[in-house]
Amino acid sequence: MAASSLIPAGDFRSTYGADTTIFPTATSRNMAILGILILVAVPTAFSWLGVSPYWLTLLIQIGYYGIAALGLNILVGFTGQISIGHAAFFGFGAFASAYVSSKLGVPVFFAIPLAGVMTAAVGLVFGLPAARLKGLYLAIATLAAQYILLDFFSRAEWFTGGTVPALAEPFSLFGYTVRSDQQYFYVVLAYLVVCFLLATNLMRSRDGRALVAVRDHYLSAEIMGINLTKYRTLSFGLAAFFAGIGGALYAHNQGVVSNEGFGIDRSILFLAMIIIGGLGSIMGTLMGTAFMVLLPEAMEWLTALLRDTPIDQALALRPNIAFLREIAIGLVIVLFLIFEPDGLAHRWRQIKAYWKLYPFSH
Amino acid sequence: MDHALEVRGVSLRFGGVHALTDVSFAIRKGELFSIIGPNGAGKTSMVNCISGRYKPTEGEIFFGGKSINRLKTNARASLGIGRTFQNLALFHHMTVLDNIMVGRHHLLKNNFITGSLYWLTGARREELQHRRKVEEIIDFLDLQSVRKAPAGTLSYGLRKRVELARAMALEPQLILLDEPMAGMNLEEKEDMARYIVDLNEEFGMTVVMIEHDMGVVMDISHRVMVLDFGRKIAEGLPGDVLADPHVRKAYLGEEDPALVDPSEASAMAESAA
Repeated sequence: MAASSLIPAGDFRSTYGADTTIFPTATSRNMAILGILILVAVPTAFSWLGVSPYWLTLLIQIGYYGIAALGLNILVGFTGQISIGHAAFFGFGAFASAYVSSKLGVPVFFAIPLAGVMTAAVGLVFGLPAARLKGLYLAIATLAAQYILLDFFSRAEWFTGGTVPALAEPFSLFGYTVRSDQQYFYVVLAYLVVCFLLATNLMRSRDGRALVAVRDHYLSAEIMGINLTKYRTLSFGLAAFFAGIGGALYAHNQGVVSNEGFGIDRSILFLAMIIIGGLGSIMGTLMGTAFMVLLPEAMEWLTALLRDTPIDQALALRPNIAFLREIAIGLVIVLFLIFEPDGLAHRWRQIKAYWKLYPFSH
Repeated sequence: MDHALEVRGVSLRFGGVHALTDVSFAIRKGELFSIIGPNGAGKTSMVNCISGRYKPTEGEIFFGGKSINRLKTNARASLGIGRTFQNLALFHHMTVLDNIMVGRHHLLKNNFITGSLYWLTGARREELQHRRKVEEIIDFLDLQSVRKAPAGTLSYGLRKRVELARAMALEPQLILLDEPMAGMNLEEKEDMARYIVDLNEEFGMTVVMIEHDMGVVMDISHRVMVLDFGRKIAEGLPGDVLADPHVRKAYLGEEDPALVDPSEASAMAESAA
């Protein structure tokens, strides 16, 4: 009921086509387009305003982590599976794209989607246990994927360079090479918009519905003609595909890919992103990613404020003030899960509903 | 005789529990066939064997003349077997519309790639075509007002109706209804009985129904089968089955001949029929 009350009075749909649009109203669609336009202006605006380029790298981070988290949300939020090995697929995408672009000479523009497809193939293999396992057992099986892939990264020197970091060519298109973050920002933005459109379309067509059906009631999904094995495995393939794209974008941003940063801690962070953003919400994924990327920055800033204050002196924190940041991040996540278990997407819907009916919200 | 479904000597055992023992029956095309029996008689087990949830330990099931024993559950849906569940089994977080659209899964052609490219591959056109079909079912079952509501928020009676809608969306030749009227009030039962009769007569679906409400069963079924402790104890026209002494003993409750005079008992049987 809440969802339908968001449509303004007098906004009638007279065709089925108008009823299947991504955005429920013209205003929400225009706001999304406006949001993208604002993002397009961000690099220029930042350099005018003299904002530190560090903020741009954070936005790029939100972009590639957001794409990877989108994959995990399809797997966990929409299909109801679990994976604690997502960062390994992110890493595989990074190495794959570096490999095909620098060793095989594939143009980076094609290397990124190719890395996505390669990662999807690996994801399908590791998704096979999902046909048989559920819940905690599946979680442990994906943990195996995490460690097998990490081990592969450190041993397969032909593919990853082993202990020597793999080189990733800079992004180039029609002979034009992207070297600065200002330009790379647009590359990530374009991939982000395309990936989110693909995922949205998927979820409103046949196979997306089948995934949600498997999550909500797998027994009756099977009776409705849905092949459980196929869709459970497919969801791992899709998750790995987006993780691969995200990883590839990460690789070409960094220029080199080393073995670091694809461990289980990163996998847990991906899970935190989608839980905080909202399981089963496409836009929530992006909100959660932004939250998790910006939270350490906000906490850094807050702990810096605390430095040399009476509190600092009284507790004699001095060198330990940096740890306060880590503790605060953990605390914020715990508080968030208690008070907003449905995620930022849910909160956002409530804010919209409130203003829609303002000032007569009751 | 053209049989929609034929069950030959089906037994189902779970360890030492004999859920079904050597059950055989055949259902004609276009028939409205009811299965009745006391709790634990194996009615739902029988339906589960037909829909593929359980594999019979012995015996064989034929649908449209072909054995479906080795067919996977999801393949039976595309063959034309739809069903509803005794305990509701809707997709709770999906809207009613999406629930019914899931029923059309095997009729839709687009896969995850063409679906993701929505506008470019005709997935949109396909969605809209099937939406039209789904709307026909929504109209038939009077679900217009809850089209966009998540299925988990609906009342019990409405959920049962959405289940029926979802099974209908499969466009099955054979539809298995597991207690479609359990827990409903009189008015809802009357509506549901009407829908089932229309399903059978207008849409031409062969119906297999498990139901405890004897009034409804006697009223709308063409033929009735009675199970007791996993064995078939009677099969035939509703009136004949009701008069069968075994059935009376197993299901309807035996009357002590010393207390009830026989003319009254037969009058009761007639009024129920």
